[in-house]
Amino acid sequence: MTEPTEPRVGVDDWVAQHEERLEERKGLVGLLGRWLAYAPAPARLAAFALFAGTLPFWMDRGDLFAYGIFTLLYILLGLGLNVVVGYAGLLDLGYVAFFGIGAYSYGLLSSEHYGIHWPALASIPLVMLGTAAVGLILGITSRRLLGDYLAIVTLFFGQAFVVFVNAANPTVHGKGLTGGPNGVVDIDPLRFFGYELTTRTHQYFFLLGTVVVVLTALHFLSESRTGRAWRALREDPLAAEAMSIPVNRLKLMAFAIGAAIAGLAGCIFASVLTAVSPGNFGLPILITIYAIVILGGIGSLTGVVLGAIVINISFQFLAPENPQSNARVLFFAVLALVLVLAVRQRWLGAALVGAVIVFGFVTQAIVEAVAPSWSGGNVTEGGRLADVVQNWVVIPEGHDRFGNFAYVALVVAILVLTRLPGWWRTAALVPTVYLAAIVWENSFVEQPQVARWILFGSLLIGLMTVRPQGLLGTPRVEIV
Amino acid sequence: MELPLAFNDQLFIQLTVNGVTLGSLYALIALGYTMVYGILKLLNFAHGDVYMVGAFIGYGVLSGLGGPLSPDLALAPLVLLMFLAAMLGSGLLGVVIERFAYRPLREAPRLAPLISALGVSFFLQNSVLLLFGAQFRTYNSFVLGSSNPEVFEPGPLIDPVFKIRGVNVQLIQLIVLLVTVGLCVALTLLVARTRVGKAMRATAYDREGAMMMGIDTDRVISFTFFIGSVLAGAAGVMFGLLFSQVFHFMGFLAGLKGFTAAVVGGIGSIPGAMLGGLLVGLTEAYASGYFGGRWAEVVVFGILIFVLLVRPQGLLGTPELKKV
Repeated sequence: MTEPTEPRVGVDDWVAQHEERLEERKGLVGLLGRWLAYAPAPARLAAFALFAGTLPFWMDRGDLFAYGIFTLLYILLGLGLNVVVGYAGLLDLGYVAFFGIGAYSYGLLSSEHYGIHWPALASIPLVMLGTAAVGLILGITSRRLLGDYLAIVTLFFGQAFVVFVNAANPTVHGKGLTGGPNGVVDIDPLRFFGYELTTRTHQYFFLLGTVVVVLTALHFLSESRTGRAWRALREDPLAAEAMSIPVNRLKLMAFAIGAAIAGLAGCIFASVLTAVSPGNFGLPILITIYAIVILGGIGSLTGVVLGAIVINISFQFLAPENPQSNARVLFFAVLALVLVLAVRQRWLGAALVGAVIVFGFVTQAIVEAVAPSWSGGNVTEGGRLADVVQNWVVIPEGHDRFGNFAYVALVVAILVLTRLPGWWRTAALVPTVYLAAIVWENSFVEQPQVARWILFGSLLIGLMTVRPQGLLGTPRVEIV
Repeated sequence: MELPLAFNDQLFIQLTVNGVTLGSLYALIALGYTMVYGILKLLNFAHGDVYMVGAFIGYGVLSGLGGPLSPDLALAPLVLLMFLAAMLGSGLLGVVIERFAYRPLREAPRLAPLISALGVSFFLQNSVLLLFGAQFRTYNSFVLGSSNPEVFEPGPLIDPVFKIRGVNVQLIQLIVLLVTVGLCVALTLLVARTRVGKAMRATAYDREGAMMMGIDTDRVISFTFFIGSVLAGAAGVMFGLLFSQVFHFMGFLAGLKGFTAAVVGGIGSIPGAMLGGLLVGLTEAYASGYFGGRWAEVVVFGILIFVLLVRPQGLLGTPELKKV
């Protein structure tokens, strides 16, 4: 893509010069950011595909499944949502239902449930058409709705889908259609011309190919007339309509394309897991996909890929099957990073990290001297850093509720922190970060799953208040 | 006098009684949605979870005062205390949510506060999950206040107060209805007759204009969140007393139905929210009575879609005029 020599249509001089007025970031982060911003799209895609292609050669099967396949699935889901929310600006909170419909449809078309075994070349296109049609119908019923109404109707639609597959389970051909809470099991692997994708490596490469194809198609779509019209619609529907852009048709198209991609992801998900159940399509997965799209930056394809990688890696680190040691190392690393990034000067960040460490040892020593029972607890099992943490974080013994109180105190402390002025805030960071460590060791380590949902929820709130455009999104320039 | 009814009228009356009590809860939740929407044009997804937190505050007071089996207080002051604590706690929570999650986004693009609201909802759900665990917590309202709870002798809350054609109306159902009516009357008076009510109406009508007239709109918005959340907190305790069980996920569906009620009645309209709540409650009761409980959500969802298609401004709402 060549640099345009004059401002884009609809952009005046002040807006066009906006980027030049921005301060460029220095250091590694700035370099990476500039590289990502200026590297042409094919180079970015090639770099991603080349790196992702090496994964099966140095990862074992379990890791490939957890990191490789799931990241790619999240990318695919994020790409579909990006079309609806990122390009067209429609807040679709029923997106997961399309994913679910895709997974269930594939499950019914290719499994023992009804004894139908269609090959993937027949079932995947059919399922995609089906989900696109459902998306279209939902879009038609709600096309007159403004943003918020649309959000609630789609949210309700997603919930109605879960209730439908879980509880309603209507009988078709003498068998519950959706299998109720148990879902559909024994789903076939993807089959092309009699060849079945059964190993993780094969599934991974198929998924990678799919993601690359979808990424390419979406790139061209977003640069096309349709893509520009979507963005116009997102920025100002009324002005877009006045410019004779067919608003309704574009909305429906975005809905249908997003739904079709979600349906495709559903097919692959069902075939890889070989079973689907209502629990896979609830609110948590919706939040995860939103976190991916928003973290990366709404409307940015590179952002979706990066967001999916970051979210899935932190997800797997906080998964209960993983040894605690990884989660702990990651958590403290992120805490230190936040501390360094929270202040402008690097030396101050380093000083703060040091201050937190000293603060911890001092607090622990005081507690031990004053009330030994409050520091007698043992650190939760697990590897690296455990010995250090044992002497650094206050872990009471026999005070069951301590973790809960610490958690509430942490939430209050963070809220207060955001209201403090200047230096007070910097100073208050130290005890707050230490409190976060206490909460982690006393409460979060025992329920890592809940902890990660809490962190994701906070991430959404925090990102919206601090940087609503996400990591790679372009900030809106408002002309007043 | 017996009315000639072709169908099982006992079942019908029972469902009506259930529907009215359920509708009271939805009406209270819907009021919070409708007030916030009217004033900020913001869809507060977290409202259902404020209701859930209210139910848990009531539970906390109950178990803090000796638990449902051997409470330290007599029944009346105990229930009153639960209501007051839950209402005050939820109200403060609403103010804090507005202050930290929505106010910084007042000038942001329209998507930002919605996503932030989604985050708040998810955060509250999982915080309660972390603090209280995934198991159901029970108010034990069946034996609450009973002289002999160990043998499950029913308490006074489920005593029949009077009968309608052989169908019992329990004390708790009457309390729910009366408290709801009382709160609605108080709210209507507050909005119609007081200074702060006038400021609320002005802010809802035109925020910038109100600001220029010297109204501290930020405070008015905070106050609106407070009132809405107070009502949700009261509804949370009522849910606990009616159905005995509270859990961390209860706010999600209740929030959706409360919102449906607000939309059906006409969003932004206070009498509309009350009417909508009643309609949704009755529909849900009839749907689960005649088709089975598993279809209740699907039927309510169908009503939402239908109303939005036929009369998008709701039953009592005024159509929005778009100014270019």
